[in-house]
Amino acid sequence: MQRRGLLGIESLSREQIQQILDRAKFYQPLQARTGKKLDTLRGKTIIHLFYESSTRTRTSFEIAAKRLGADTISISAKGSSADKGESLLDTLNTLAAMRPDAIVMRHSASGAPNFLARMLETPIINAGDGSHEHPTQALLDALTILDHRPSLAGLRVAIIGDIVHSRVARSNLHLLIKFGAEVVLCGPPPMLPREFECFSPSVKLTFNIEEAIADADVIMMLRVQFERQNAPLIPSENEYFRFYGLRLEHLQAARPDAIVMHPGPINRGREISSEVADFPRSVILTQVENGIAVRMAVLDLLLAEPRL
Amino acid sequence: MIEPNNSAGNLLIRNGRVIDPSQGLDALADVLVKQGRVAKIQPNISAADVTVLDASGMIVAPGFIDLHCHLREPGREHAETIESGGRAAAAGGFTSVLTMPNTRPVNDNIAVTQYIIQTAHDRSPVNVFPVGAISENSRGERLAPIGAMREAGIVAISDDGMPVMNSNVMRQAMSYASRFGLVVMDHCEDLDLTAGGQMHQGGNAVRMGLLGIPSSSEDVMVSRDILLAAETGAKFHVAHLSTAEALGMVRRAKERGLTVTCEVTPHHFTLSDEDIRDYDTNYKMKPPLRSPADRDALVQGIADGTVDAIATDHAPHAGSDKMQEFDLAPFGITGLETALGLALDRLLHRGHITLTRLIELFSVNPARIAGLDRGTLKVGSVADVTVFDPDRRWTFDVNHTFSRSRNTPFHGYSLRGAPTATIVAGNIVWQAEK
Repeated sequence: MQRRGLLGIESLSREQIQQILDRAKFYQPLQARTGKKLDTLRGKTIIHLFYESSTRTRTSFEIAAKRLGADTISISAKGSSADKGESLLDTLNTLAAMRPDAIVMRHSASGAPNFLARMLETPIINAGDGSHEHPTQALLDALTILDHRPSLAGLRVAIIGDIVHSRVARSNLHLLIKFGAEVVLCGPPPMLPREFECFSPSVKLTFNIEEAIADADVIMMLRVQFERQNAPLIPSENEYFRFYGLRLEHLQAARPDAIVMHPGPINRGREISSEVADFPRSVILTQVENGIAVRMAVLDLLLAEPRL
Repeated sequence: MIEPNNSAGNLLIRNGRVIDPSQGLDALADVLVKQGRVAKIQPNISAADVTVLDASGMIVAPGFIDLHCHLREPGREHAETIESGGRAAAAGGFTSVLTMPNTRPVNDNIAVTQYIIQTAHDRSPVNVFPVGAISENSRGERLAPIGAMREAGIVAISDDGMPVMNSNVMRQAMSYASRFGLVVMDHCEDLDLTAGGQMHQGGNAVRMGLLGIPSSSEDVMVSRDILLAAETGAKFHVAHLSTAEALGMVRRAKERGLTVTCEVTPHHFTLSDEDIRDYDTNYKMKPPLRSPADRDALVQGIADGTVDAIATDHAPHAGSDKMQEFDLAPFGITGLETALGLALDRLLHRGHITLTRLIELFSVNPARIAGLDRGTLKVGSVADVTVFDPDRRWTFDVNHTFSRSRNTPFHGYSLRGAPTATIVAGNIVWQAEK
């Protein structure tokens, strides 16, 4: 873990990531049991501060914290002092003055948690910042892949969709590269700037979905983030689905045991066909389930064992 | 002028190395100033009833002129005033500054022009020459009263920060400005190409998840304006040029004999997009810090003469405005007090330019571009003089800035070379602490 909090995958070492994944594996079996509540974080207070809408991440973080016995407070930007014109820094300083043990935050501005971490002592856990990073998503994706494969090294992972706006793509890229996977990024050129090649020599770019899927072990689909586009980057949703929507026939080209992933929310008929979303090797709901184990691991390592 | 610490502009600057490219002068000499004008330059002048400034080991140059700064008054006095900005300019070795018209209200009429000139006269230690707006309210629709503002004292026109997007309006502005001999300065930015952009479109922007500002957004406008200048015969000046491509266009325009000039800022010849770390908004400005290749091309352009001037684009913003998410923070950094130090450290001492060339960039050429009777120490001219020590080692501490704002990436920079005295019309308006 970083000195304070979890801001992104980029600055984590491979060992630190492995440590989180190992702890997450320890928490995985707990999810299927009744009587799940532990007292690992009893007496700790965690604030969940969401400036962007979220269903799965927010619920997942809250459940993770509660299953570890922490007290949680949840704040949406709507109905908070952000509506009264308070700056982000002032809001965070105010919350920090109430001495929470951690602040989990999501914000639409890339780097907002990095900016705050420079100013605050309270550990910040990034639950997604703009188009920058979404570290716990990449961790739960890795955990899900490892449910199906012994190791990430040498795997061919295709990430397909609105790459330029995707914090999920960036965090996954950082993680997969660190573990020796080969990553193929695919999307229409306006959503796939060639600068992504700068991440690592093991990143390949293609504008052709068939090429991306060929021999893939993992197919990771991304939603088109229309809300982050200044001007339309593509002609229409129909045209997008025609060239970049994942359909059953595409899967012939992948490895026979390839899995299909999606960070959600999914848009059936836009980036993924209904048949693919529901097909047996789609692990979208496993990802959701693993999200809790991963977030429990992060909170545990960050708050229960301050030496880390 | 405030606090003249010697009377009537009578001054003897002794034992300095006087470098004045406007008259091919580079010699150890004294400079005698009488009643605010240069009276004599020769060794061992003796004079009675004058203030004496010892310039031993120093360079004595015609006063430095910043073609591009924002003093924020009227309208945003919490970020800067003509007085505080003027003091920062003096402490940076500048004897004159040109102020951009994007004040509140915009300097698009003679009332604002006169307010700036009067306030500067009352409160600024250095000369302040206003730049008038090209269009009303800098909306890029109807031309501002350029001729009347010229008579009121503007020395150039620009819609800095709100560039004229309508090519026909720009064409009319160039055509009309040429009647008054005014240079048209353009902040070359295609606003559609930069919409939402936060930093240079490159690997670091992609990594940081920030929307990019492509080089083409600057290049298409520089290209457009050169074509319009060729057609209208206007004097056209590219403000804060930042890309290698645009530099090449200016080079070719000069080869064609067009009156096209350009300026480069210290931050663009010093930094690149790879220096932006941790979403520090002190690295956020327009045009953005470009690639290392662009930066190197700018240094080359400064060395080979393509670049005419170094200008600061001093853009103060109050701390509360910059202490925000990167997406929300305004563009711009301060620069008056670090410009000369950076130029000496990064350009002179790294062997890219000579002292003579540096003085052309800071004084002779800016005066020529803006049509000012400055930038020279010829006998009879106004005694605006910059005295600097090319070797003094110092560290810039923003806590000691004269500006009301602190938005600079250069806090803590250790530099070799600094101004030591700033003289306006024979009066010492600023002097470094011993």
